[in-house]
Amino acid sequence: MPTVLLLGATSDIAIAIARAMAIEGNTIQLAARNAKRLEPLCADLEIRYKVKCTIHEFDATDFSSHTTFFEELSIKPDISVCIFGYLGENEIARLNWTEAEKIINSNYTGAVSILNIISNYYAAQHKGTIVGISSVAGERGRQSNYIYGSAKAGFTAYLSGLRNRLFREGVHVVSVQPGFVYTRMTESLTLPPFLTAKPEQVASVVFNAIKKKKNTVYVKWFWKWIMIVIKCIPEFIFKKLKL
Amino acid sequence: MKRTITNWGNFPSIESDERFFSFDDQLQHLINNSSQVIPRGNGRCYGDASLGKETINTLHYDKVLLFDNIKGIFECQSGLTLDKILEIIVPQGWFLPVTPGTKYITIGGAVGSDVHGKNHHVDGSFSNHILEMELVLSSGLAVCCSFQQHPELFEATCGGMGLTGVITKVKFQLKKIETSYIKQKQIKATNLEEVIKLFDEFKNYTYSVAWIDCLKKGNHFGRSILLLGEHAIKTDLPEKYKGTPLKLPAKKQITFPFNLPSWVLNRVTVKLFNFLYYGKNFRKEINNIVGYEPFFYPLDAILHWNRGYGRKGFVQYQFVLPLEGKQGLIEILQRISDNGLGSFLAVLKVFGKQDSMISFPKEGYTLALDFPVRKGLLEFLDELDGIVLKYGGRLYMSKDARMKPSVLEAGYPRLKEFKEIVHRYNPDGKIRSIQSDRLNLTS
Repeated sequence: MPTVLLLGATSDIAIAIARAMAIEGNTIQLAARNAKRLEPLCADLEIRYKVKCTIHEFDATDFSSHTTFFEELSIKPDISVCIFGYLGENEIARLNWTEAEKIINSNYTGAVSILNIISNYYAAQHKGTIVGISSVAGERGRQSNYIYGSAKAGFTAYLSGLRNRLFREGVHVVSVQPGFVYTRMTESLTLPPFLTAKPEQVASVVFNAIKKKKNTVYVKWFWKWIMIVIKCIPEFIFKKLKL
Repeated sequence: MKRTITNWGNFPSIESDERFFSFDDQLQHLINNSSQVIPRGNGRCYGDASLGKETINTLHYDKVLLFDNIKGIFECQSGLTLDKILEIIVPQGWFLPVTPGTKYITIGGAVGSDVHGKNHHVDGSFSNHILEMELVLSSGLAVCCSFQQHPELFEATCGGMGLTGVITKVKFQLKKIETSYIKQKQIKATNLEEVIKLFDEFKNYTYSVAWIDCLKKGNHFGRSILLLGEHAIKTDLPEKYKGTPLKLPAKKQITFPFNLPSWVLNRVTVKLFNFLYYGKNFRKEINNIVGYEPFFYPLDAILHWNRGYGRKGFVQYQFVLPLEGKQGLIEILQRISDNGLGSFLAVLKVFGKQDSMISFPKEGYTLALDFPVRKGLLEFLDELDGIVLKYGGRLYMSKDARMKPSVLEAGYPRLKEFKEIVHRYNPDGKIRSIQSDRLNLTS
């Protein structure tokens, strides 16, 4: 059975993906900064789905540790899912570089750092799947969250380039663009129910995208069309909007 | 995030700041950073027990921690719901030791309400099967308790409506089964007298419950269908089930799509429903093999069935009367029949012996009734409270949204002790609900 590595495994989306992958019998590797938090989830997956599950300490923003992290995985994963991210607050990040840097490093730099290592390994093996959870926020910068959005834009572009490079090597890259999702990250926001997905819906989209070798997927079909419309708005109008 | 929350009866509803957590350290943080809070699971208690200005929702705290399938010991976090537990344990030959009439409650709620099932007269309530549990107190401290360890905290937590702290982990003993099927016996009783006799005659059955038609008068006053059941063993099964004796039921559910206008439920329609329900059993006695779902959870087959009571919601009224208070049962059913406020469902069950600090069950007859919220209902229920107390009975807090503190006090002889323990572990009343405030448990 394939092994799936989940980077940023304490998020609600990660928990849902872990369960969706475990149901199919995959071996699960859970990686997060706070490894202790992963113990109950690990037990849960092993008991419910009778799969093997391991816990690994991983700090997305501690770039220098990434090589060792990957080398120390005794079984190398067949599928790597990059889920970690940090929404932060644009208002704070605008004035405070520490917050801005955290947003950029958690959503972009950290992902580039670890995925460079993993993709080089996969390229050499001529197989493997990489999934990146990006965001629709990366498709056009808006005043309310452009620092997060620009980091996700970078991540989306990185994934697209990676897919282009690795295609000939037999390595598949999936970019996932969730819109609003009910998670801890968005708990304090009032989200329109119709537009908002549950973590389980994201998980099932990810699962199908891997299976059907999709390239770019949205969660809830209409987000694709919403983003097409948003991207079509001429800049001289867009800049006047309060988005 | 502030939103309107309500429990299963859709009455009352309240604006609440509801927060979720997935990890122990987050829960601690939430408790330390709130001024007042009440834990909440899947919102399947009926009234206001888990409603408050600030709520901590356990639904994301839902991990299975241990399942010893040799000894039948199960441990999980408090937000896990019974339906998920059944999916794990049934295929391995185990069942819940006690289950209420819905599988959509969390384990934390099962403890907080100390739920009972159709087997109360044999197996007692849920707390009877708890080996150990952990809760986080209002101070943020985690404490383990059981019958042996901090027994007073344990007793006040079982049925204590979440007021001692947030239940986090529960370890309990499961029940061994050979098949996932139930050997069911249904007997029609023409009146209340007969059904009470039948309960006694069939008291050796593990599971028993009766559905009563509240609106019948005269000779047929209290006509009922008594449902009895045992876990089927392999040799009980018809050939077609024998190959897969521990099969999980297929997931088929229908959803009640909208709130029914409240005029739909009236004397005539309730009578019609009861006529059809009673009439569907042609013969006096039916014996058959059914899956565990239709036997234990018939209403779960219709998601959102509570919408049938309309937007205003309903109140469920459940009381228990001691065995010698049988006359009270007649008096109450008489009042309901006269008044015509129409209870759609009335469920009668005989409880076995139990003498807990604050849990609802005690030996006697328990009757659960639904009343759509209408003008005059609350006054009518106050009248019924009077009859319940007159016969030495009491009400179930998990169903309650309106009882007066004096009714609680009169019904629960160990209430003072309970309040003292709540005060010891929750000294500043940080953990409180609108129910606990109404019933003077935290104020």
